[in-house]
Amino acid sequence: MSSPNKAPALAANETYRLPPKIFDARCAACWFMLGLALLTAASFLTLDLQWTKFLSLDAAQKMGKFLGELLSPATNPAFLQKLARASLETIAMSALGTLLAAMAGLALALPASRTHAGDPARWRAVTRLVLNGLRSIPELVWAALLIISAGLGPFAGTLALAFHTTGVLGRLFAEAIENAPPGPAFALRVQGTPAGRVFLYSTFVQVLPQLLSYTLYRWENNIRAAAVLGVVGGGGLGQMLAFHMGLFHMNETSSILIAMILLVALVDFASYISRRILQK
Amino acid sequence: MQISIEGLAARHPAAAAGSTPALKPLTLAIQAGEQIAVIGPSGAGKTTLLHALACALKPAAGRLQLDGIDPWSLSVARLQKLRGRLFLAPQTPPLPPRQRVITSVLAARLPQQSLLASLRSLFYPTHIAEAEAALARFDLAGKLWDRVDRLSGGERQRVGLARALVSSARLWLVDEPLSSLDPSRVELAIDALTQSARDCGATLITTLHQVDVATRFPRVIGLRDGELQFDLPSHEVSRERLGALYAQHEHELLGAPPPGEDEPGGKQPAAMYCR
Amino acid sequence: MNSPASTTFTPPQLRDPAWISRLFWICAALVLLAPALFLTEFRPWTLFEPAALKSTQRFLGDFFPPKIEAEFLLLVARECWRTVAIATAGMALALLLAIPLTLISTSALSVSALPGRMHALPFIVRQGVRWLLILLRSVPELVWALVFVRVVGLGPTAGVLAIALTYGGMLGKVYGEILESDESHATNTLLRNGAGRLQAFFYGLLPQSAAELTSYTVYRWECAIRSSAVLGFVGAGGLGQQMDNSMKMFQGGEVATMLIVFMLLVGLADYASAWLRKVLA
Repeated sequence: MSSPNKAPALAANETYRLPPKIFDARCAACWFMLGLALLTAASFLTLDLQWTKFLSLDAAQKMGKFLGELLSPATNPAFLQKLARASLETIAMSALGTLLAAMAGLALALPASRTHAGDPARWRAVTRLVLNGLRSIPELVWAALLIISAGLGPFAGTLALAFHTTGVLGRLFAEAIENAPPGPAFALRVQGTPAGRVFLYSTFVQVLPQLLSYTLYRWENNIRAAAVLGVVGGGGLGQMLAFHMGLFHMNETSSILIAMILLVALVDFASYISRRILQK
Repeated sequence: MQISIEGLAARHPAAAAGSTPALKPLTLAIQAGEQIAVIGPSGAGKTTLLHALACALKPAAGRLQLDGIDPWSLSVARLQKLRGRLFLAPQTPPLPPRQRVITSVLAARLPQQSLLASLRSLFYPTHIAEAEAALARFDLAGKLWDRVDRLSGGERQRVGLARALVSSARLWLVDEPLSSLDPSRVELAIDALTQSARDCGATLITTLHQVDVATRFPRVIGLRDGELQFDLPSHEVSRERLGALYAQHEHELLGAPPPGEDEPGGKQPAAMYCR
Repeated sequence: MNSPASTTFTPPQLRDPAWISRLFWICAALVLLAPALFLTEFRPWTLFEPAALKSTQRFLGDFFPPKIEAEFLLLVARECWRTVAIATAGMALALLLAIPLTLISTSALSVSALPGRMHALPFIVRQGVRWLLILLRSVPELVWALVFVRVVGLGPTAGVLAIALTYGGMLGKVYGEILESDESHATNTLLRNGAGRLQAFFYGLLPQSAAELTSYTVYRWECAIRSSAVLGFVGAGGLGQQMDNSMKMFQGGEVATMLIVFMLLVGLADYASAWLRKVLA
């Protein structure tokens, strides 16, 4: 549109008062939105999504039956006892896995952190690589791998949680250690105290609250994760769920799902309370 | 500990290699057991001098000798051992919050302790009586089992000084020991410090911003802009010399404490997780 | 207490007063640890029994060299794309679910709450939607995937639906929190002046929180990629399903390749999302 500069008050807006063009070849946001739209479209098109099957009468019936059966959870005492044990197992797996991970994470965080400017930190890069590797493989994949050595059951699940969480906590711990105020450690170091004792008597106390809150947070996450690890054979509620769902024992499945949701709600509540206490 | 420095210059670790050093070439000789106050306006290089003497800063030029040995010619292990005989008390008391006073005080003993012994001491403190005696000198005996973050700023600073007594150092380098004490405590603290150093047979070098307190030391060194202005027995330090030393910094002469180094507020960026 | 001359002298306490409680907590921890060790069948030495050691060794031995035949790599690349596609499609559906639910549930757009308290009916509706969101997100996506695999069969559909539901719940909840934590002045003014709820949203609420909302969405997308890779383990398509197959066949080389590719994919998603969030901020 060519705009005659000298024709006043004809157009509603004069040229220089026009808002910038919405579509501009150089407009980064437009390209971004276009790319996003293409990515989404391509995703839907290339996946052979079976909407017809999902929206079919058959699926609706299955789903309806499924939901109907879910409304009547199994409550016979023998099953509930098993369920309670599996829930406890899940909690124990997550607690032990987190504890192991906190210890291993701390052990790895020390070489992974540069505590002061003169610290050569020779192992920093290597340790960080290891931590990243541990972290980027999800718990479930670790469980599937560890089952080969540790066999089916909660032990493999515990180890899987510990491996992944070590990566997560190790990195967070290393950052906490690096960010700790340097004063107390400096005073000890300048006195000729070896690095290990400097950490024990100054940095550790300084970062302890942070380490605890990270660990508690991860524990909370790990309880959720532990609940599903069993699906690949890692013990706990998930193993029971996979078993009963595989056999279409819907009433039992429903009880297990309820137990899972209750467990997660309980954890949410507990972490809320403990955070309140820790903040004091 | 006997100290001699010749043409010693030092700059902050963060400063560029070519910049003017915070401490310009300086020559001093200090006998074992001497007690010295270092005064001067802020930015005079007092803290840098202490850090250089504590072997925390490698000199940019010149020579430092402690008991006739150049520390920077020693191997790393021997240097560490030597550092175990020095004690530097920074201006901000280096006490981690949440630690108990007893642990903070006993931390000064770490260079003499094996790793195992120091772990044991974390579990159940050893040398309780020694820590108690050190704190008692600074009128803090009742605070032995308190948490550091429950103490007032002045109490914390005195705990930092009590540490010196527990360490087996022969050279005490104390940076602004009175900066957060209330005036009524100043006399007591400085007497305790000098008397303790005498009892331990340690050499004491203290930077101070209270000029009147400095005259209680036998020898006073005046620094300004990293240069030595005077090095005199305290009775020879006249008002005129002080006036020249603190020219354009008169408010400090009147006793306004210099701003302490800020503790970086450890606020961390919130981490995000997939849950 | 600090005037030694006048008050009676109290002898210093030379025993650690915290000692007993410390001992108690250590004992309590040990007492709690024992059943945990028992319940999790924590027997690390079983890892070093000859049989376990042998299977570990064989499997790990197969890891090297990773399989890098062109045909296999092509398959892995396709599965990688499917993983990303499941995550993206799942996120798109999750947004379709989350946005309306957020708009319904957020109290920042309440007209009846303007003069004071919200009326009963809107309050009930809002709380109902909130509970729905909590329910959606408290069932892990893996469980949703298990359910949908039963209903629609193996394949990516189950994965997409699982991500859509769980992430719909999460996005809805966090969007609500973001909208409610923002300054409500502009929105309230618009609503008071008679603007509709959606108008108030677009002119008052959205401009304020757009950056935070997009940044959170991008972050969730990264998370969705991680979980879509995992969902494959229950048969919901993508890299995980392929990995599961290879593991069941004890094909160490294939597993090694896929683990490396998976780590690269996650790293790339991490990088891309960090970059995007930085650009959008």
